Amino acid sequence: MKILTGNDLASGDVTWWTGEGWSRHVEEAVDVADQGEAIAHAEEGARRVNAPYVIDATDTPEGPRPAHIKDRIRALGPTVRPDLTLKPADPNAGSWVI
Amino acid sequence: MYKYDEYDHSIVASRVEEFRDQVNRRLAGQITEDQFKPLRLMNGLYLQLHAYMLRVAVPYGTLDSRQMRMLAHIARKYDRDYGHFTTRQNIQYNWIKLEDAPDILAELATVEMHAIQTSGNCIRNISSDQYAGAAADELTDPRPWAELLRQWSTFHPEFSYLPRKFKIAVIAADEDRAAMRLHDIGLQIVERDGRHGVAVYVGGGMGRTPMIAPLIKDFVPFEEFVSYMEACLRVYNRYGRRDNMYKARIKILVHEIGAEKYAAEVEAEHAHVKKLDLDPPRAEFDRIAAHFADPAFETGLSDEIDRSDPDFAVWLDQNVAAHKTPGYAIVNISLKPTGGIPGDASSAQIDLMADLAEKHSFDELRVTHAQNIVLPHVRKADLYAVWQQLRDAGLAEANLDLITDIIACPGLDYCSLANARSIPVAQKIANRFADLGRQRELGELKVKISGCINACGHHHAGHIGILGVDRKGTENYQLSLGGSGAEDVSLGQITGPGFSEDGIVDAVEKATDVYLAQREAGERFVDTYRRIGMAPFKEAIYG
Repeated sequence: MKILTGNDLASGDVTWWTGEGWSRHVEEAVDVADQGEAIAHAEEGARRVNAPYVIDATDTPEGPRPAHIKDRIRALGPTVRPDLTLKPADPNAGSWVI
Repeated sequence: MYKYDEYDHSIVASRVEEFRDQVNRRLAGQITEDQFKPLRLMNGLYLQLHAYMLRVAVPYGTLDSRQMRMLAHIARKYDRDYGHFTTRQNIQYNWIKLEDAPDILAELATVEMHAIQTSGNCIRNISSDQYAGAAADELTDPRPWAELLRQWSTFHPEFSYLPRKFKIAVIAADEDRAAMRLHDIGLQIVERDGRHGVAVYVGGGMGRTPMIAPLIKDFVPFEEFVSYMEACLRVYNRYGRRDNMYKARIKILVHEIGAEKYAAEVEAEHAHVKKLDLDPPRAEFDRIAAHFADPAFETGLSDEIDRSDPDFAVWLDQNVAAHKTPGYAIVNISLKPTGGIPGDASSAQIDLMADLAEKHSFDELRVTHAQNIVLPHVRKADLYAVWQQLRDAGLAEANLDLITDIIACPGLDYCSLANARSIPVAQKIANRFADLGRQRELGELKVKISGCINACGHHHAGHIGILGVDRKGTENYQLSLGGSGAEDVSLGQITGPGFSEDGIVDAVEKATDVYLAQREAGERFVDTYRRIGMAPFKEAIYG
């Protein structure tokens, strides 16, 4: 599947396209198929996202898992600071990245 | 410490308000990201993996307690309670909001700090010896020279859009603690016939094409120093390649046309430039140098230190360096606790270091290119009290220049350019060699790790260097041996095929085993490597 990601313009937070808007949680991302570039262009123009781009992901029962480690780190947070990730209480969260 | 004059205050304040307006226009949709990106980069604001990242300049690595406390305040108020000290003697914040950036810059300006020219194809922060003004082995304090260059290069209209970024280091001792010859221009202050001038090395650097800067002029007197730098940059600006960013650094130009040809071009340009009255009068240099005058060192102090606490004694031997003044010492604060993140410090730790500087080091601190902090002027009688407070704050790791004093770039955990993570590798090596006795048995051993070919982690200059690469979506690590960023400068050689994250730690350990088995008396790791060559190491690592 293809999913769309970028950063929130004002905060810089990593965001994912949900079909209706942007979420901080990759599990809410939707398959954009071949519409990613068009959505990115429109959303960037509306200043709802900064530097959007389309990535490959795998559809899993827990939601989309980005194909590349860089985007998995973006999705969760730095592997060396579990306390700063989106799931600081989950001791196994890091294994999802690696 | 240099203090801003009215002009300095004015240009920094103007820049803050200019950037505030640019941010407002970006947030209001009046300018696009393509238009805004170069503007934010000129103010040190990057977009990284998780958020905006702000890089704040620490000119030649020197700052006072008021500035250090401001860095802690920014970490606490605008970031996630920590900062990352870098190999360029700067500090980076990883979780900055665009909407906060103008306020941060305004707060920095109140303590004479900024983020100007910490990005972009301009002359970056001038780096220097972290022991400047304190070292027992220096000819003179290099910081007035560095400050002169800072003033010359700030907003220089001709050098704001160079072919590529440009880094200058200034030292004044034969022991090179600033990786001087791995800079675009490296300057060593030397003396000839009773006059101070600079030996000029041009065309060094790391990145994908590492080069050691050749000497292009052995002595440029102070009276021609600035105009000669102007000529060096003009020749680069004229001939440096702009068609290919991978060949745009000055090292490529100097390498392609040769150091002699480059030097001849500079001489010809300098013959013209020196007539332009660019060189400041001696009185102006003296005005700047007065800011860096020695503090009021006490005389008649004892050099005796009570070494009865064994942990303190180890730290004393490892992390404390000789000072030029009897009764004083230079304290190195390691930001490399076992298993920690190299260069990271919490706001509480930054505040503590500021407090110690104010109370025990004439209000001065230094940031080192090895991502540590220095208290340059500590009375020997105060060392035990300083050590106790550092210990209580987790800042007394006695590992300076040992295998766990690892330089590591932020890597793929933070950096959008990285191909692999650096920090976890540093942590695993540090954990493997956690025993301090084992570290000290290995002696000086500089490990440097980069998460991509841009080499922010200085891997080319590591006695042991590690480069993270992306191999079909998987992190892989290349090992190199024999590099050095010091006065015995050399570039490391790759051992062979790369390793997994755990495999690279094993490979490092095997390399140290070879060293222990083969070393001769007095040899450091790099000395043994240079004597016996790569073969025994390759055999042990891959055999």
